[in-house]
Amino acid sequence: MGSISLKKVTKSFGDVNVIKPIDLEIRDGEFIVFVGPSGCGKSTLLRMIAGLEDTTSGNIEIDGQDATQTPPAKRGLAMVFQSYALYPHMSVRNNIAFPLKRAKVSEDEIEKKIANAAKILNLGDYLDRKPGQLSGGQRQRVAIGRAIVRQPSAFLFDEPLSNLDASLRVNMRLEISELHKSLATTMIYVTHDQVEAMTMADRIAVFNAGIIEQVGTPLELYNNPVNKFVAGFIGSPKMNFIDFTSDEDDLTTCLGVRPEHITISKDEGIWAGTVGVIEHLGSETFLHVHVENCATFTVKAGGDCDLKYGDKVFLNAEPSKILHFDAEGLTLSKNLVNA
Amino acid sequence: MALTSGNKSKLIYTFLAWSISGLIFFPILWTVITSFKTEAEAISATPSLFMFEWTLENYRDVLARSEYFNHFWNSIVISLGSSILGLLIAIPAAWSMAFVQTKRTKNLLMWMLSTKMLPPVGVLIPIYLLFRDFGLLDTKTGLVIVMTLINLPIMVWMLYTYFREIPNEILEAARMDGATIGEEIFHVLLPIALPGIASTLLLNVILAWNEAFWTLILTAANAAPLTAFIASYSSPEGLFYAKLSAASAMAIVPILILGWFSQKQLVRGLSFGAVK
Repeated sequence: MGSISLKKVTKSFGDVNVIKPIDLEIRDGEFIVFVGPSGCGKSTLLRMIAGLEDTTSGNIEIDGQDATQTPPAKRGLAMVFQSYALYPHMSVRNNIAFPLKRAKVSEDEIEKKIANAAKILNLGDYLDRKPGQLSGGQRQRVAIGRAIVRQPSAFLFDEPLSNLDASLRVNMRLEISELHKSLATTMIYVTHDQVEAMTMADRIAVFNAGIIEQVGTPLELYNNPVNKFVAGFIGSPKMNFIDFTSDEDDLTTCLGVRPEHITISKDEGIWAGTVGVIEHLGSETFLHVHVENCATFTVKAGGDCDLKYGDKVFLNAEPSKILHFDAEGLTLSKNLVNA
Repeated sequence: MALTSGNKSKLIYTFLAWSISGLIFFPILWTVITSFKTEAEAISATPSLFMFEWTLENYRDVLARSEYFNHFWNSIVISLGSSILGLLIAIPAAWSMAFVQTKRTKNLLMWMLSTKMLPPVGVLIPIYLLFRDFGLLDTKTGLVIVMTLINLPIMVWMLYTYFREIPNEILEAARMDGATIGEEIFHVLLPIALPGIASTLLLNVILAWNEAFWTLILTAANAAPLTAFIASYSSPEGLFYAKLSAASAMAIVPILILGWFSQKQLVRGLSFGAVK
């Protein structure tokens, strides 16, 4: 079991409210990702769930039991930190055994669990090494191993891949996703990287300035963002926004269209512009098109795009893919826009 | 071959460094040399640095007339005892200041350090009276307590500096892993901070070994350490420079050897935290 329920949870440091009242139900076995920009409160909330930060008000329930005042070790959760937080003076074996020894598990049982974790995480050859003798990826595996052996009701990951290089990050992302599938344990994963969020999550909670803007599956957030913030945060490259002054009876003050929903033509289109910087990625091309008196659009084109810097082009977007936002930044429903 | 300006300045700095070191070390060298002179040579109007008749007579006399090994043992008990007792108090104090900070932690640290600036004579009478009433005068226990108290601010401050260098996440990981506060300190913090703890211990052994004000006032014969042993050669019988020097040399040599062997550790420990 690993359901976690946050009820009107808040956190203040002095007069500063870093977490405004938050309600969230995390289901047993799900992989939920907290995503948002730096300083939005996602890591603080994770630490509150872990018990490493006090909760100013509200309740945290784990498997239906109020755990708001329960110390970290008694919550049945395991945490993997951004800096790995391995014990540098202990071997990999002792690092993994540490929580088991604290729980007074028998030596035989400890050996079995270490062997099992080493097998799952490919750490068999490194058990007698110290963390300082391991690469970043191996260290993160040890940190995960230390979490696995406790058989927690939920895993908490605090930006675990931030210190790894790009290619290793992709591998570890896959390994963590596979681990989730095989263990089927609840995982709460904090990141500021929306690609990690989109690729790993069952559900994503998008944080901004201490509140959750929207919770949903990756595709729900991509297709139906509730506001301009979520629309801009989810999707890479980010959505293009076009601000304009509307008529009195039109609520729309901003349009949003994703780079992949814009088509580019040399002959005709809604917006006429000039091609600026072109980023060739091989399989696809991102073009930055300057439209006078409007905006600079990012447009996704095929890998064989032959446009050059300074070319005159026209941009088109399918109306059904264009999002409308009101003055508050909220997404207007399609019915309201059509009316 | 002409010297480049870089080499010239290097030469000047080297010369200055050796001169200043020589100046600082000279009194110790003079003491050691005097300890091998006769009393007459020692007070000669034209003292010689090396050209004199070397003798071990002063050492024989000092060992015969005083209970050197008794004082030596007292110095060991007082300096090691106060340093270990100090560590036992300073480690949890520094842990809480480094990892469970409150708004007043910085002020408390500054206040602790400021007590080191208080002239010891300011608290002489209350401490003397307390020692008299509790029967601690001329006891090793009493001196261990006093040495612990006067060096505690420095120990807490040093350990606090080392502990601040240890990432909080490692201790939080231990907490998540089910460690109690004691286990967190014993199994995780102390092994990681071992170099810093060793430096703190060494420095305090040296400070306690060299402390003279309290040892002279609070001891007579039973608990007198080597500082009191040196002082005993400068009073009622008049000044015997050669014997006084022999006694001084015998008192400073053990700590000089300790300092020599641990200088790397000490310098590393004292500069810990200065740069990242």
